[in-house]
Amino acid sequence: MASLKDLRLRIASVKATQKITKAMQLVAAAKLRKAQLAAEAARPYAERMEKVLYGLSSTLKSSPGAPRLLAGTGASKVHLLIVCTAERGLCGGFNNSIVRIARERAFALSSEGKDVKILCVGKKGNDALRRNFASWIVGLVELRGVKQIGYVNADEVGKRVLAMFEAGEFDIATLFYARFKSVISQIPTATQIIPVEVPADAAVKSDGAAYEYEPDETAILSDLLPRNISVQIFRAMLENAASEQGARMSAMDNATRNAGDMIRKLTLTYNKTRQAQITKELIEIVSGAEAL
Amino acid sequence: MADAFKFELVSPERLVLAVDARSVVVPGSEGEMTVLARHAPLMSTLRPGVLVVEGDGGTRRIFVGGGFAEVGAQGLTILAEDAVAVEDIDRAKLEQDIRNGEEDVRDAKSEDARRMAMMKVERLKGMAAVV
Repeated sequence: MASLKDLRLRIASVKATQKITKAMQLVAAAKLRKAQLAAEAARPYAERMEKVLYGLSSTLKSSPGAPRLLAGTGASKVHLLIVCTAERGLCGGFNNSIVRIARERAFALSSEGKDVKILCVGKKGNDALRRNFASWIVGLVELRGVKQIGYVNADEVGKRVLAMFEAGEFDIATLFYARFKSVISQIPTATQIIPVEVPADAAVKSDGAAYEYEPDETAILSDLLPRNISVQIFRAMLENAASEQGARMSAMDNATRNAGDMIRKLTLTYNKTRQAQITKELIEIVSGAEAL
Repeated sequence: MADAFKFELVSPERLVLAVDARSVVVPGSEGEMTVLARHAPLMSTLRPGVLVVEGDGGTRRIFVGGGFAEVGAQGLTILAEDAVAVEDIDRAKLEQDIRNGEEDVRDAKSEDARRMAMMKVERLKGMAAVV
């Protein structure tokens, strides 16, 4: 059995750890609120963009002059997986769950004989995917040091993806991230961003007004589509940021509780050991006196 | 007095401005246009330029670095990546930023960094040209 001194040290160290996890939980809670606000503030833009885009896309999709971002390249040989993860760990299964669906997709695609390229946004995803797919990873965008994700960060990634698309480096791009549902539930999601997927019911325009287009529908669409890529990535990044903080908050809450349990158990053992020692000493004294 | 209509300026990060306006001058890609109440439904792309919003609170001038305008039954909505009130732009600082940016282009170590720096300079120059 461990000595009293060992137990004392052990209890002290668990207490210190508990303080750290508690602090991390509080920090995550504060950051979560901020991330949620940012995600909400970004919603109007994305919604309006979507409305306009879907309206235009459904009318133009089948026309021969449709932009390639909408109609696709006609092939589906090379797939680009854009995997958005966090920059740090200690957030439960957050990074793992995103990496898992990305990895499954990559294996599925390669067994179908397709080529896979991976662009990592966030260091953790890169670390995990490097083990299986080192040769497929075409790039890593690190967001370390970015305090509040801004549109510029997303635009940077978007421009890079677009440049790759224009150079014919891939046919289909899919974005992986975790959708924020609640603090305890983040849903890893895969969304295809190139070519744009238009839901079937989008053809019904909300106000049905006959719009006048300036310059014309195709020109507007080809201006809008590249923007949409950046906006989609921006949205994924914001959702991801909120999800990460949510996941970290619940992970740290668990850790704090576990540390509490551990301290209780250790204290019990400590007291038992102490009492056993006192009893032992008393017996020694008593039996020593009797022997006289 | 002209009727008011709803005007919204939205950037990817937030709703920048939502006011009732009487007239808005929009820098459309095919020329400037003034949107008044009951304007016909219209969609247009924008070039970098200055929005002039006239409402109850006086006139506001806002720089937009390109974007997209939609006039519908509900009013005018502008989607812009980049929107700054003209009064917040400091001429001297802008010129300094351009010089710094050009330096960044020269010192860029990788092709990626150079491209990013060039984009930034072009954006700033666009701003300087119209303000």
